[in-house]
Amino acid sequence: MAEIAATSIEAGAGRARYRALARRKLVILIVMTAALCLSFAVDLAWGPARYSLGEVVSALLDPQSVSAQVRAVVWDIRMPVAVMAIVVGAALSVAGAQMQTILANPLASPFTLGISAAASFGAALAIVTSVPLLPVAASMLVPINAFIMALIATLFIHFISQMRGVTVQTVVLLGIALVFTFNALLAFLQYLASEQALSAVVFWTMGSLTKATWPKIWMTLAVLLIALPLFARNAWALTAIRLGEDKAASFGVNVRRIRLETMLIISLLAAVPVSFVGTIGFVGLVGPHIARMILGEDQRFFLPGSILSGALLLSLTSIVSKSIIPGVVFPIGIITALVGVPFFFSLILSNRSRSW
Amino acid sequence: MVALQLQSVGAYHGRKLFVEDVTTPTIRSGEVVAVIGPNAAGKSTLFKRITGLLKGPGDVVVEGSKAKNAISYMPQDTSANAVLTVYESILLARKQGQSWAVSDQDLRFIDEIMKALNITSIAFRDLGALSGGQRQLVSIAQALVREPEIMLMDEPTSALDLHRQVEVLDFMRRQARTKGMIVLIAIHDLNQALRFADKVLIIENGRMRACGNPREVVTVEMLRDVYKIHARIEKCSMDHDHVIVDGTAH
Repeated sequence: MAEIAATSIEAGAGRARYRALARRKLVILIVMTAALCLSFAVDLAWGPARYSLGEVVSALLDPQSVSAQVRAVVWDIRMPVAVMAIVVGAALSVAGAQMQTILANPLASPFTLGISAAASFGAALAIVTSVPLLPVAASMLVPINAFIMALIATLFIHFISQMRGVTVQTVVLLGIALVFTFNALLAFLQYLASEQALSAVVFWTMGSLTKATWPKIWMTLAVLLIALPLFARNAWALTAIRLGEDKAASFGVNVRRIRLETMLIISLLAAVPVSFVGTIGFVGLVGPHIARMILGEDQRFFLPGSILSGALLLSLTSIVSKSIIPGVVFPIGIITALVGVPFFFSLILSNRSRSW
Repeated sequence: MVALQLQSVGAYHGRKLFVEDVTTPTIRSGEVVAVIGPNAAGKSTLFKRITGLLKGPGDVVVEGSKAKNAISYMPQDTSANAVLTVYESILLARKQGQSWAVSDQDLRFIDEIMKALNITSIAFRDLGALSGGQRQLVSIAQALVREPEIMLMDEPTSALDLHRQVEVLDFMRRQARTKGMIVLIAIHDLNQALRFADKVLIIENGRMRACGNPREVVTVEMLRDVYKIHARIEKCSMDHDHVIVDGTAH
């Protein structure tokens, strides 16, 4: 057979081409990083208060050289929102990427599997009834309740997906059932809520980066920084799982252990940002799909790609949310759905061969 | 020199003992064993038990092994549609449990295996764009690239055309001989089994019916009892035994 093969390719051509493709992917990651930096800068410079680019740059590099008002707007208002957009986008996108990987399902994301809906219900429970799911300070009641419900939903999905005979389709249907269940419970709470509580719940469920504070940013970042090395360590194994459970196991991957470990980390990654900023849909779904289409599913590229695409997506959306009506900042959850869905459609239809 | 012996081996599927009491003679380096039997007889289950993916009673005794990945299993299902190129999917099999860095030695080895299996022309095609036969060849490459001493192949040629079947089985036999590998192949084509195997292991209803020299175990009686067919066994022009099926036995 080797004799037949000798004519088809020169020795080493495969090696050289693989190296070239890997370099190309690295360049794509670098370009994405540059685009993210640019988007972050624009996000800082853009806003209802019209400052010149020079003023914003001065406020960043030498805060004392600008007026207290400019300093306050750039550092205390815009900076937390711009940073939160990046951190939350990255966390939700990575959570979606790994959900899609271990559940072998292109529709898996914190939003579509009911985790966001669960968080919304948890938050509404805190806002409307002030019932704590854990004994915590009043200021943390909403995020902690949202977090606990999101965690319960994630673990529920995980344990059901581990049951014998449960197919991938069953898990997705289960997620949809969770979305409906928690939405119904949320509607029930909204019906009972006072006018003031109702408007608070509605605002929360829309998802808004204006809730960003530095402690929330640090906590979300901390979860991300804990999760990424663990995912990175399992990069080869996670990629193998996409070839099917039997195939991965035949490569020596302990599929059960990797799934459990990954799902636990995902539950934190999905629940923490949602509990802080509310429901932000589609980033967890679209972010990984963009990364997959341009970088493939080798986790060594797919993982950083998902981080960057999610962060970039939410950072750009943050800019859009400030640009629609001058002086008005729309809740970002509305914009991600409005911008994300058509964008997603066009990507899938224009690049079908590289999609799931 | 590696040796494999199964001693009263059984395998659980859930709580049910699906395969039981399989005891083989010692299988030595360089030998090719065809594992035959009707559908759902327990061939794949036995392979998963040998690999350690399923639990069960008895012992899988491997002697003289030096490799880290002594046993490599090629599952039947090759339908995955991950967004990976063929090359990446083979690299992935080799790098499990290792660092992110990919050495020239890794890539050289992959190039060699792909060349030997004549799949270099599809090296940078996405897995989703492959035919069933190409997927099987890629799957074989994924198993081989792990440099196993014992290779378990679950119906590796079921989607291949006749020419490719002969090529692949011949290639595997040469791999066994030259690298001292033990190759177990679950296969439905009895004539290919008779042609390429040194031993034949027959599984029926989760139990081993026989294991030994193909001429001694593939008999007209076995074909009638296990496969429920009337058949003759005759020599072909190359002096290989051949099963000629006359009809089903009711």
